[in-house]
Amino acid sequence: MNIFSSKNLKLLTGPLNLQNPVTVQILGICSALAVTVKLKPAIVMGISVTVVTAFSNLLISLIRNYIPPRIRIIVQLVVVATMVILVDQVLRAFVYDVSKQLSVYVGLIITNCIIMGRLEAYAMGNSPWPSFLDGLGNGAGYSMILIFVATIRELLGSGSILGYHIIPQSFYAAGYANNGMMIMPAMALVLVGVIIWVQRSFNKELIEKD
Amino acid sequence: MKNFSNTYIFTFSFVMVVVVALLLSTAAMKLKPFQDKNIEVEKKQNILASLRIKSTPENAVDLYARYITESYVLNNKGEKKEGIDAFTVEMKNEVGKPADERSLPVFVGTLDDSAHAYVVPLRGKGLWGPIWGYMSFQSDMNTVYGAVFDHQGETPGLGAEISTEWFQKPFSGKQIFEDSTRFVSIKVLKGGAPKDNIHAVDAISGGTITSKALEAMLDSCLVQYRAYFILNRH
Repeated sequence: MNIFSSKNLKLLTGPLNLQNPVTVQILGICSALAVTVKLKPAIVMGISVTVVTAFSNLLISLIRNYIPPRIRIIVQLVVVATMVILVDQVLRAFVYDVSKQLSVYVGLIITNCIIMGRLEAYAMGNSPWPSFLDGLGNGAGYSMILIFVATIRELLGSGSILGYHIIPQSFYAAGYANNGMMIMPAMALVLVGVIIWVQRSFNKELIEKD
Repeated sequence: MKNFSNTYIFTFSFVMVVVVALLLSTAAMKLKPFQDKNIEVEKKQNILASLRIKSTPENAVDLYARYITESYVLNNKGEKKEGIDAFTVEMKNEVGKPADERSLPVFVGTLDDSAHAYVVPLRGKGLWGPIWGYMSFQSDMNTVYGAVFDHQGETPGLGAEISTEWFQKPFSGKQIFEDSTRFVSIKVLKGGAPKDNIHAVDAISGGTITSKALEAMLDSCLVQYRAYFILNRH
């Protein structure tokens, strides 16, 4: 069996567009609002969620036949929480500055609905390798939206990208001002809305009949 | 889907909980010494940063030994308390005590030009969790030499900005006393502080609650040192 068969590749690329967890499945919106003021936290959050989704998918898929369906949500939650806390402890001991960057996200990762959503929808019913790819793909789809929204918000809200000033000083001298609205969480929602609109106008199959 | 008996479900959850508990507690115990060391180094780095000395985790311990020449603990009347190591005082525990029972650490830094600067720790409540910091004063015990703040879980890009340089730098040169004895602390003003106001700095856009919390922390922590500052200024 080819581990990168077209079916498996589709697990990776699907979530980038037609199966995107944020714009199509409308999952993980809360963190998309919370961490997209600046680009750097958005990237860190994107990577963290991708890693956690991929590995929790893998682990749950490995033990899927032994999990009693009646307590499966609890089991999934325990697995995700344990993994996140373990990683956090190791980071705190050996890469302290990274762990400080992540501090607030640790809680947000555990509660991210994409992770639970993928465990429920995919890992519980598929074998480990495709589940792992599904996790990677969904993490990437999520990160993509986060990074896109964060780039626009940081550029228009603070005039910088990754903390480096992009808008030249002469613009400010000429009367340009950073848009304070972009820093507010509501603008993230508006931006996600715009992305969904653009995506749907390019992919007619996403538009509901009726 | 397979049917599982109640016994299986109970056994499964029991085993799962035990395995997870063992795993997490072993990890926490084995990693604790490394984590404590990191926290100690970070504290030294913060104290150094409030003296405007840049350090890395590798050289912080040496730099700390070189620049911090003295440290002691005070009560709120400005008298020294004997027998307590200032470095081990946890502000977390001190801020909950009645004002006259608190231990107030002071770290004395001797700078490269052999001037002294006095570092005091700060601690307060932010929006989501604790915020803390260190502020150093010139020997007039009034003018801020440098300040550093940190937080546990303020919102990134908003309240979390208190730990960045653009927010901390303007504190240098601000004064906490008006007419030499009236304690006014330093205000954190929404919409920006006027340039000629020596008792105020700019607040963070979108981080109003954290800004206000920081202002309250400055007021409540620095006022404890009031007696000492007035008695010992040069």
